[in-house]
Amino acid sequence: MPRVLLIEDDPSVREGVELGLRRRGHDVRAAATGEAGLVALAEFRPDLLLLDLMLPGMNGVQVCRQVRERSQLPIIMLTARGDDFDVVIGLEAGADDYIVKPARPEVIEARIRAVLRRLDDGGTGRPAIEVYGELTIDRAGLTVTKAGRPLALAPSELKLLLHLAAAPEQVFSRQQLLEHVWEHSFHADARLVDACVARLRGKIEDTDGSPRYVQTLRGFGYRFGPL
Amino acid sequence: MTGGSRPGRPRIRAFGLRTRLLLAFLLVAAVSAGTTAALTYREARNALLETAQDTAVAHFREQVQLTGFGLPVGEEGMQDVLRDIARKGKPHPWVVFAEYGSIRVSSGEHPVSTVITPELRRSARAAGVTGANPHGSFERVVKDGVPYLTIAMPTVFKTSPDSVLPTGLVLYAVMRLTDEELNVDALLMAGRDGALPGLAVALVPALVAARSVLRPVRKLREAAQHMGSGRLDTRIPVRGSDELADLARTFNETAAQLERSVRELREAEARARRFASDVSHELRTPLAGMLAVTEVLDEGADDDGLDADTARAVRLVSAETGKLAVLVEDLMEISRFDARAAELNADEVDVAEAIRKTLGNRHWTDDRIRTELPEGVRARLDPRRFDVVIANLVGNALRHGGAPVTVRLRTETRAQGPSVLITDVVDSGPGIRPESLPHIFDRFYKADAARTRSAGSGLGLAITLENVKLHGGTIHAGNRPGGGAVFAVEIPLNVEGAAG
Repeated sequence: MPRVLLIEDDPSVREGVELGLRRRGHDVRAAATGEAGLVALAEFRPDLLLLDLMLPGMNGVQVCRQVRERSQLPIIMLTARGDDFDVVIGLEAGADDYIVKPARPEVIEARIRAVLRRLDDGGTGRPAIEVYGELTIDRAGLTVTKAGRPLALAPSELKLLLHLAAAPEQVFSRQQLLEHVWEHSFHADARLVDACVARLRGKIEDTDGSPRYVQTLRGFGYRFGPL
Repeated sequence: MTGGSRPGRPRIRAFGLRTRLLLAFLLVAAVSAGTTAALTYREARNALLETAQDTAVAHFREQVQLTGFGLPVGEEGMQDVLRDIARKGKPHPWVVFAEYGSIRVSSGEHPVSTVITPELRRSARAAGVTGANPHGSFERVVKDGVPYLTIAMPTVFKTSPDSVLPTGLVLYAVMRLTDEELNVDALLMAGRDGALPGLAVALVPALVAARSVLRPVRKLREAAQHMGSGRLDTRIPVRGSDELADLARTFNETAAQLERSVRELREAEARARRFASDVSHELRTPLAGMLAVTEVLDEGADDDGLDADTARAVRLVSAETGKLAVLVEDLMEISRFDARAAELNADEVDVAEAIRKTLGNRHWTDDRIRTELPEGVRARLDPRRFDVVIANLVGNALRHGGAPVTVRLRTETRAQGPSVLITDVVDSGPGIRPESLPHIFDRFYKADAARTRSAGSGLGLAITLENVKLHGGTIHAGNRPGGGAVFAVEIPLNVEGAAG
């Protein structure tokens, strides 16, 4: 069972979520502040971070940025619906997914599993290493390099890239990507996709010019290539 | 559509204030100019004509008296005498006629004048018989458009210094009054030529007066329009102390009062909304903790270690916590609409696919649901909100109506405005009672008064309505003739706008 670090300032939510997840067999460590959470991160070595955005002192977005500077730990934000602005900021800071509070433990667990799940290989007979222009994607080792330099991709970014690259030049609607990459419903928040595409482009595309690898088809969605 | 605002440009209206003021000014100017001209004309005309006819009558009488007439009258000699008199016509030449018994003589070509009227003849004869009017009589006649002065002068014998006897000879003088007529016409022309510029000049003060009245009126209208469009801080500059200034002052005071009242109302409303929003926010945090442990409660209630009452209580708390979470979530959603904080995250989607996903996610895939979903319909929608709309309507139809429920998708091209996407949700229940129809979208409205609580929060249809409105659409509830409720959602199908 995955090890989950929960950073949440409200004691009842912290205790409730910790209790609910522990009952489902997760190894949960809870922290009340961002600072305490960063300390616990080093010693607890979790598989996933559940991060409340509204924290006293160092807020969730800052915690998210700090974590991303060092690692590609899966991060799920806990947010209140309606705090739309926070959601966007959190996604831009590198969070992989978000959960709207209040949420039942089965919902939280489903999100955790989805973020941690490795993508299917998408069929056999595919070479383990694919080369697209300057990008080299190693599906077995789950690494991506650009011009020989390894890229640090967050889990959602890596899954999105693998999904798009598995079918080059095929257009995926944002709803389809939500279902396949995030395992959300068709009707979930498409900003997840847009934010993740923006982050991914920041890492794999050339800084100037229009995107080559992840292209937008206005009104339809995204596709990989053509190069 | 609400009443469209009229353009602010002043327009010329058929019988507007400006037209009426101008007409009134012109009427006054025309009446005064006309009256003055008419009086002047009459006096001057009379003076002119009287001078002419007095001169003529006096001169004719003098000529007749100076001339001796040998009686009985002979035509030959008479004509010479008449021509003699005719030469001395004053102020204009005249033609002289003489009538004596059956003898008709004139100085002109015709022995009898066509201008002399029977009345003149009669009065001359009468005067001749009685001798009552030896000074003669005259008459102005217009024949064929030419004015004439006709003078009748009976000749008399002087029997004594005080009495005369008529001789029976009557002399007539006929004189054209063309010159006088010309003079009178000139007067008329002068009157007209004076009146028309007068009227034109009267237009200037009329326009000035109209402007001075109309400008405040126009300002007032513009200000009222501004107020109507919601700019309640509109005020009019008050100038002068006339009635229009009073009106402007009253307008300003009313506007200030209105602004104050509206501000107070808005503040009260905002406070109420903020309160509802704050309450739901505050409820959400404890709920997040409670909802996270309902599973623990449920498992505990299933264990044999608890006594029956405790287990029932635990299950109750767990179930109600779930309902409370839904209610709070719906309250939050509705307060976001109230605060206009609800955002439309629109995306172009395949509508049939979206509806199928909505039904599939809720396991409404059995024969309770029938679908008529044409493929290939794309629309710009907020997928999450559209999901809420369809799920609420279908859930509502299953709960309060009856299976089977039909979900029908169609598009309709409108003559005006964009094409619309129409989604009908039709159930097979008894329908909605007519008295409930107007309230069906009200918050916490219960169509069945006996049922105090339903599975939903009571906000489902209100949230549905708000979500549809956020898409710029409309929703109608009604009943089919054969029974069963129909909810029709219409959303503009502006895919072209999304692509641009």
